[in-house]
Amino acid sequence: MAELQFRQAVREALDEEMERDENVFVMGEEVAEYNGAYKATEGLLDKYGFRRMIDTPISELGFAGIGVGAAMNGLRPVVEFMTFNFAVLAADQIINHATKVRYMLGGQVKVPIVFRGPNGSAGQLGATHSVAYDSMYAHFPGLKVIQPSEPADVKGLLKSAIRDDDPVIFMESEQMYGLKGEVPDDEDFLIPIGKAKVKREGSDVTVVAHGKMYHVAKQAAAQLEKDDVDVELIDIRTVKPLDIETIISSVKKTNRCVVVDEAHPFGGVAAEIGYLIHRDAFDYLDAPVARVTLPDVNAPFAKNLFDLWLPSAKNVIEAVKTVTYNS
Amino acid sequence: MANKQEEAVFTPIGLNKNKNGKIDKTVKLPEPTKKTYKQLGLTKQNLVDMYEQMYLQRRFEERAMQMYQKGKFGGFLHLYIGQEAISTGTVFALNDNDDIITAYRDHGWGLVRGVTPKAGMSELYGKTAGCSKGKGGSMHFANVKNHFWGGFGIVGGHIPLGSGIAFANKYKDNGRITACFLGDGAVHQGVLHEVMNMCQLWKLPCLFVVENNGYAMGTSVERHSVGEIVDRADAYGMKKVVLNGMDVLTVYEKMKEIAEEVREDSMPWFIEIRTYRYRGHSMSDPQKYRTKEELEEYQKVDPIERLKTYIFENKAISQKKLEEIEENVENKVLEAIEFAENADPPEPEALYEDMFVEEEATFHK
Repeated sequence: MAELQFRQAVREALDEEMERDENVFVMGEEVAEYNGAYKATEGLLDKYGFRRMIDTPISELGFAGIGVGAAMNGLRPVVEFMTFNFAVLAADQIINHATKVRYMLGGQVKVPIVFRGPNGSAGQLGATHSVAYDSMYAHFPGLKVIQPSEPADVKGLLKSAIRDDDPVIFMESEQMYGLKGEVPDDEDFLIPIGKAKVKREGSDVTVVAHGKMYHVAKQAAAQLEKDDVDVELIDIRTVKPLDIETIISSVKKTNRCVVVDEAHPFGGVAAEIGYLIHRDAFDYLDAPVARVTLPDVNAPFAKNLFDLWLPSAKNVIEAVKTVTYNS
Repeated sequence: MANKQEEAVFTPIGLNKNKNGKIDKTVKLPEPTKKTYKQLGLTKQNLVDMYEQMYLQRRFEERAMQMYQKGKFGGFLHLYIGQEAISTGTVFALNDNDDIITAYRDHGWGLVRGVTPKAGMSELYGKTAGCSKGKGGSMHFANVKNHFWGGFGIVGGHIPLGSGIAFANKYKDNGRITACFLGDGAVHQGVLHEVMNMCQLWKLPCLFVVENNGYAMGTSVERHSVGEIVDRADAYGMKKVVLNGMDVLTVYEKMKEIAEEVREDSMPWFIEIRTYRYRGHSMSDPQKYRTKEELEEYQKVDPIERLKTYIFENKAISQKKLEEIEENVENKVLEAIEFAENADPPEPEALYEDMFVEEEATFHK
């Protein structure tokens, strides 16, 4: 075990998988000479050279498509977006091509590609740099969507994503790159895609969160402990395929659930989990499932408005109090 | 200041202009090659083989059109009729392991890269025996083992895939080149320009080949494009050429020369091949945007008739033997229809197949 930052866990996963498989290469804006806009690819150019570390022009649609074509023709690209807010420009290649080529050609090709980069907000960056796209990608058949919250999960899941034979969306966060955690250094340390983890056991209420919101929920759980509310905290880690079984078995124990999601409310991860709990654990619920999400409003710049906009531990505590009838 | 009485006009007006009896031709064909088949290194048998392939593409589609009109299968049907010299000349010029990718007007490309008439027709009918197991239909013919990566349905969407295939070939240093075919309408998709820049910058062995058939759906090329299409290459310092796509020998000659050069220097090309689409954009197209006279002008230089005349002039085969070949092609197409009609549709389980490589894939429910 070693203590690594989130960005170092990304880097280590990339390094080990590039070392292991000659067909793995990294492509994106500022990934090589600049060493990564967030230093997640630091040193990889020195080690692997310009053939396998490819700086691209600012052409998200073009290089995402080159990645898909290269994957069809036998390579395993890791395509970095400086943020998933920019990947919207590449949506045709991700949504119309990466996910559909295999199906519409009757299985004649495979597309082992990873699209990775930070997702969601990162402080006062304004409306176009602050959107969480995980539930949007999860909507489309053919994509696996991962959004880890801690360095060990980053490494184990990114390695699994690179070894996966199908397209994977791997989402990080600008604000978590400096976060530290213990990470196994085994080069075959893999975490299976599609498995949630109960990160805090508790008996009063299930709180489900992922990515940056896991940390918000964790903070809330620590506060609630002081009020004798025992939170069971589940980090789904993979948005799709969603490990609903882990959530359901927890809800059957606690009978209450709050879903925290850094997305807008309509049709998001929180909405989906809420429906599944209703379908699979209706008789176990002592309160309607509550959700904490962004409002149905764009990200504002002003500090006070931004703080109002982003889900906080306070919002989570309020939701927990609502479902436990303690408000 | 514009006269306030005048209404603003954006897209240039095409058909309404007074032609004084002159036929307005949307694409101007450059001169075909003057070289003989022998000078091009071809044999008489090669000419006959080219003819057989072009005739197969033509008859396959004419019959497919009839079956579509009879309501035998659904979906879109974009016909390649009139453009057969391009697929045929290209495939004869390239190595068999060079990669080809195209848009949705793809039946000819499939047939020339080894999709059998039975597999092609079965794909149109949505049967398991189809080249894409009936999962793709008309727009998604493919034969990946023969390096035909398929037909793609989003205009311009396959262009970066072609560049990516070329990227992988360069990465693996395997000597293969990639030919990415697109229509004149796709020239205006931004992605073409993104990847032309990257291909030139990264020296990818990729040919961008525009099949300029005169119309982007129903909008003629002079109504959708400013300047000459081929000149788009200039902005990227890319090598370029314009070819006559109604002459298979011209296509063969230049594509072979270019392929050899690309194999040598790994620099991309931008190629505009001028041709003409005889049929509408798809089957539902009333074709009010062009005149019958214009179509007839191009049918006078039909690529299949042209090759037939050349074959007889050069005594490559007797008339009787060529008729036998034609009859044989016709029979194959009819057999393919019978085969497709009687073939099994996919089993319901096939709905969930081919989504993932992983066998035990999870589907959200």
